[in-house]
Amino acid sequence: MASIGDGSERQRIAQQRLRVLAGHLRRLGAEERPGVAAQECRAGAGTTEPDDKPPCSVPKRRQDIMKWNGWGYADSKFFFNKKGQGEFTGKRYRLSGLILPSLKDWFEGTFGANLQHKSPAVPSLNTSAVAPPSLNEAFVEELKSTGIPFSHDTEDRVFRAHGHCLHEIFSLRDGRVGRCPDMVVWPNCHNDVVKIVELACKHSVCLIPYGGGTSVSSALECPPEETRSIVSLDTSQMNRILWIDEKNLTAHVEAGIIGQDLERLLNESGYCTGHEPDSMEFSSLGGWVATRASGMKKNIYGNIEDLVVHIKMVTPRGVIEKSCQGPRMSTGPDIHHFILGSEGTLGVVTEVTLKIRPIPEYQKYGSVVFPNFQQGVACLREVAKQRCAPASIRLMDNEQFQFGHALKPQVSSIFTSFLDGLKKFYITKFKGFDPHHLCVATLLFEGDREKVLQHEKLVYDIAAKFGGLAAGEDNGQRGYMLTFVIAYLRDLGMEYYVIGESFETSVPWDRVLDLCRNVKERIVRECKEKGVQFPPLSTCRVTQTYDAGACVYFYFAFNYRGLSDPVHVYEQVEHAAREEILANGGSLSHHHGVGKLRKEWMQETISSVGLGMLKSVKDYLDPNNIFGNRNLL
Amino acid sequence: KDPVLKKRDDFEDILEERRNSSDLRYAFKCYTPVLYRGLTPCKAATLKSMVLQSEQLLHVINQVSAESGESTDVVKDEAAAILEEMAHRLQLRTIRFFAYTLSKAFKALYRSVCVNEEGIQRLQQAMQEHPVVLLPSHRSYMDFLMMSYILYTYDLSLPVIAAGMDFLGMKFVGEMLRMSGAFFIRRSFGGDQLYWAVFSEYVKTMLRKGYAPIEFFLEGTRSRTCKSLTPKLGLLNIVMEPFFKGEVFDVNLVPVSMSYERVLEESLYARELLGVPKPKESTSGLLKARKILSEDYGSMHVYFSPPVSVRSLAQGRINRSQFNLTPRHVAQKPSEETQAFVNDVAYRIVRLQQENMVVKPWVLVATLLLQSVEGMELTELMEQTSWLRDLARMFGAFLDWPGTRPLNSKVVLGGPVIRRLPVHIPIRQVEGPQGPETPEEALFNRAVSVLSCASYRNQVLHVFLRPALLAMALSNANSSRKEDIYSCFDFLRNVFSDEFILSPGASVQDFDEACHLLVKCGAVELLHQDVVMAESGRTVLSFLTLLLEPFLQGYQVVCRYLREEATENLTEKQFIPAVRSFAVKLHLSGSLKCYEVLSSDLQKNALNALIRLNVVRRDGLMSNQVAIVSSIHGMLIHSAFSLEN
Repeated sequence: MASIGDGSERQRIAQQRLRVLAGHLRRLGAEERPGVAAQECRAGAGTTEPDDKPPCSVPKRRQDIMKWNGWGYADSKFFFNKKGQGEFTGKRYRLSGLILPSLKDWFEGTFGANLQHKSPAVPSLNTSAVAPPSLNEAFVEELKSTGIPFSHDTEDRVFRAHGHCLHEIFSLRDGRVGRCPDMVVWPNCHNDVVKIVELACKHSVCLIPYGGGTSVSSALECPPEETRSIVSLDTSQMNRILWIDEKNLTAHVEAGIIGQDLERLLNESGYCTGHEPDSMEFSSLGGWVATRASGMKKNIYGNIEDLVVHIKMVTPRGVIEKSCQGPRMSTGPDIHHFILGSEGTLGVVTEVTLKIRPIPEYQKYGSVVFPNFQQGVACLREVAKQRCAPASIRLMDNEQFQFGHALKPQVSSIFTSFLDGLKKFYITKFKGFDPHHLCVATLLFEGDREKVLQHEKLVYDIAAKFGGLAAGEDNGQRGYMLTFVIAYLRDLGMEYYVIGESFETSVPWDRVLDLCRNVKERIVRECKEKGVQFPPLSTCRVTQTYDAGACVYFYFAFNYRGLSDPVHVYEQVEHAAREEILANGGSLSHHHGVGKLRKEWMQETISSVGLGMLKSVKDYLDPNNIFGNRNLL
Repeated sequence: KDPVLKKRDDFEDILEERRNSSDLRYAFKCYTPVLYRGLTPCKAATLKSMVLQSEQLLHVINQVSAESGESTDVVKDEAAAILEEMAHRLQLRTIRFFAYTLSKAFKALYRSVCVNEEGIQRLQQAMQEHPVVLLPSHRSYMDFLMMSYILYTYDLSLPVIAAGMDFLGMKFVGEMLRMSGAFFIRRSFGGDQLYWAVFSEYVKTMLRKGYAPIEFFLEGTRSRTCKSLTPKLGLLNIVMEPFFKGEVFDVNLVPVSMSYERVLEESLYARELLGVPKPKESTSGLLKARKILSEDYGSMHVYFSPPVSVRSLAQGRINRSQFNLTPRHVAQKPSEETQAFVNDVAYRIVRLQQENMVVKPWVLVATLLLQSVEGMELTELMEQTSWLRDLARMFGAFLDWPGTRPLNSKVVLGGPVIRRLPVHIPIRQVEGPQGPETPEEALFNRAVSVLSCASYRNQVLHVFLRPALLAMALSNANSSRKEDIYSCFDFLRNVFSDEFILSPGASVQDFDEACHLLVKCGAVELLHQDVVMAESGRTVLSFLTLLLEPFLQGYQVVCRYLREEATENLTEKQFIPAVRSFAVKLHLSGSLKCYEVLSSDLQKNALNALIRLNVVRRDGLMSNQVAIVSSIHGMLIHSAFSLEN
């Protein structure tokens, strides 16, 4: 997302063209690369880094560039400066270095928080507080002989002991660390993984695959009852594009590659996958497969299950893969669907063949303001019915709309602020939209320039039927930015007694409104009952549309001053919210997955027979529970 | 949980202000109720078209059309006609008219109309938050006029009220009621799918949109006996469904207890119970009835209980995801789980209504007088009333007792209570009717008096019911072992569960409650595994046993009739007159002293109980034949009843 919006539109397109050309010129070299890597692996010398290895955005030592107790890059964070204005540090994002004048008022107003009341985190990890690793000596000895790099450094272990659930980050900020993996291994290729899994089986070691570490389902938490040595299998070094097939428009990629690298490398060849989950800066291809990820632009490119053509996975029983790359097969239940969403319980995804697309010629943001949420949902439903959804279409409720506005950077000229005022006047006074009810849909169009413009007109015409008013590209773009910085914002909140989280569901169209209203209300009510002193932020957006329903995304946060066990309260409220979702016809998860956080509802969700089917697959593939993260089942 | 500790709100007399300021100004006052925050404002007419265009109704219309072969347009027209007949046309003008005329009428009829203002405040709060369903008790035609009047007075949203179709028979008045928010439903529409769909969709639409509070009577009809009636579940089911299906976040049920010192229909009811047909609702009848304006109906108490959230009640009992797999507009038969839940809620609401019913002194007086048919000395009556007052209070009754010095009971009792007694006609008659009459006439007149008197006693029955069942079980059980007494209690409770409000499945709770109360008043001692009568318990226990005696005797007479006289093809229609003449015969021959068996209410309840207990069987659904099955159960009943004598 950082790249989008840099410079003017014209410049951007020119750059893109250049990249396409450059990609074509370099292609020869790119095709040779995998051959080298494969040879290295076969020679059993996978430990040395290949010279032509592409620069990876995430190093083995994550601690060098990432926060140990929060989201994302260490150099990027929100803070309130001496004047009380919000600011975002670093150089990586569009917001970086900008001043956000309305953030403080929104923050204090929404949460009843106060900049005077701080809840700072412990400054650094106290490594002595972490239990020493319990190593399986025989395993370590044999692993050494393979030459695959590993570590039992405390920081390495702690980094791989958690995802980004609220309770995980909250503990880290408090300096508390639970059960950690006892060591970390970094395989360099598929064969390395095969060796590791063999050794783990031989020596009875528990393996937990680790990709980008962005889980929000407690999936990476080490089961505290695990007595075997736990080894975190970090796939981050398996990050090469092994080949690109332009005739079939597919690419074969190692599963440890993270989203932004995959996209960047493909762009160099003039292609993209179009798979953009909100976590794409850090999450990995293997992680997407293992959790059934969904991307923002799925309307054009599809979700991960639509993108995948071939998967290779290493299990304790052996390697599972299909023998061909046919686009569709009638060969019994699709074995890919045992792998997709298996959440690291069956094995490690090592290589994936993905569909790719040429980089779109033109991209355009847009937004529509609706007088209220109901109208907005009706419009999205109509767009879905006519199957004319743009690459992305999202409908934010009023609270989220105001949230987005709090992130408006300082305007550079009086003229812009005058224009803003005029727009506001037009919408609220002239059109009679109630500022406390209006909501906004953000749009992203992609494709040929001409088609985009046609498409845009079609969507705006539908919107007009539901009282929607076009509200400019800027509003749209800011809406998408929110989803990329939300996790950074949570870190800011946690500095001031505010904790929060997001969660999601999918639901049939006719229940969208009822579900949104009831879940938001349930959150407010539960907070009150659990003794939260201030009204919470309880907001949602319809974030994906499908033929038969929609994906709804909730943000929920509250000021925890006065609570003795805020995380427990938080968890109780989230639990109640999930019960409410299920009672209103929503699903257990649309794309976050189940992990350990939502396990308790699996039986009710897929029936006990369904659960038994999954268990029998697990029993066959991994009878000794080597992949013992205990997710899902 | 000790019922005495239950805190109740204070009352305000709303007529006081009416007596001191202009009724006209009151009728034209600025009326700005606080509205439901999720309200989508719409007119009564838009409401109708919303109902007619709803997916729910269209689905049923298509179904009906497919089944009957009629075109959908014809069925649609039919639905529109049903709705036209049903729908209210609430308008403020009419309310203002009623506000004026009812002010005049109420001032003439009642000394005071007391309302708990805290309840009103809670209601106002609830109305903003969630759709509200008002559930008043039903003793009189006055009930719903009074409800709307009170809500208007306190500037609350005016309710729409489910009323029986009978009112539409009254020219002009029916339409007036319609314009003050009443909507009319047929008394029975058993298999009429279309009617049900229109009706339920109409109610649900109003609820979902938060159009207005919905008011209906759980008891279904006016209780002729002043005893709460077994709740009807149809409408309650309908108003809960939008919550079950997630269409609203919650629904608030507000029980309202309306206690009359004397109901307008008092003497009518007694006659009706004895078989004199209920006068048909007509405008001319209403005009003739205006003579009641010159009589004194004492004071009236209206108690708004705290709102009951359907959501909290359903927590852990209803799995709402059961509705996930069918489109919500397709009506599903409620699951057993849901039916049981709705039934429990209904009983709970009726019990809440009962709990907050205000009991007046002469209710206790009537209770005592009924137990000594020969009458008693005034001083003795006063003493006993005072004793009974203390007992009732200990059992948690909500008493409205004049004077504030309960300890010095003689002083309190000597004054106001007795002086106000003549308000009530029956007392005198109980003491001795005169004049040349045929024995049948004399019996009839005497029965009218007793039944009127009983309608007062019935107002306090809920206070004593459970301990009384236990008292009866104590005297009938084979041993003093707790299990034996419980099984006897459970049996009696089962027999009388059509007669009184006894929630199915709450037998153990009721037993515990009864034990608790009897131990508290020192009538009974719990020893290890036994329940035994305490030395000092004789008075209390014999009072309690005598309280239920008329019902027991009544059921026995019904049983005797069925055994001795009933023929093979007795229809339900013939049953009541037949039992009545059987009882009259017993009376005239001097072998029966109990008058309450003449009440058609008791006779119906007894029949229902016998059918429920499989003692008597209905042959076929439509034939209305009653066949007697001499089952083991029947023997059981018979033996239990003969034990009593």
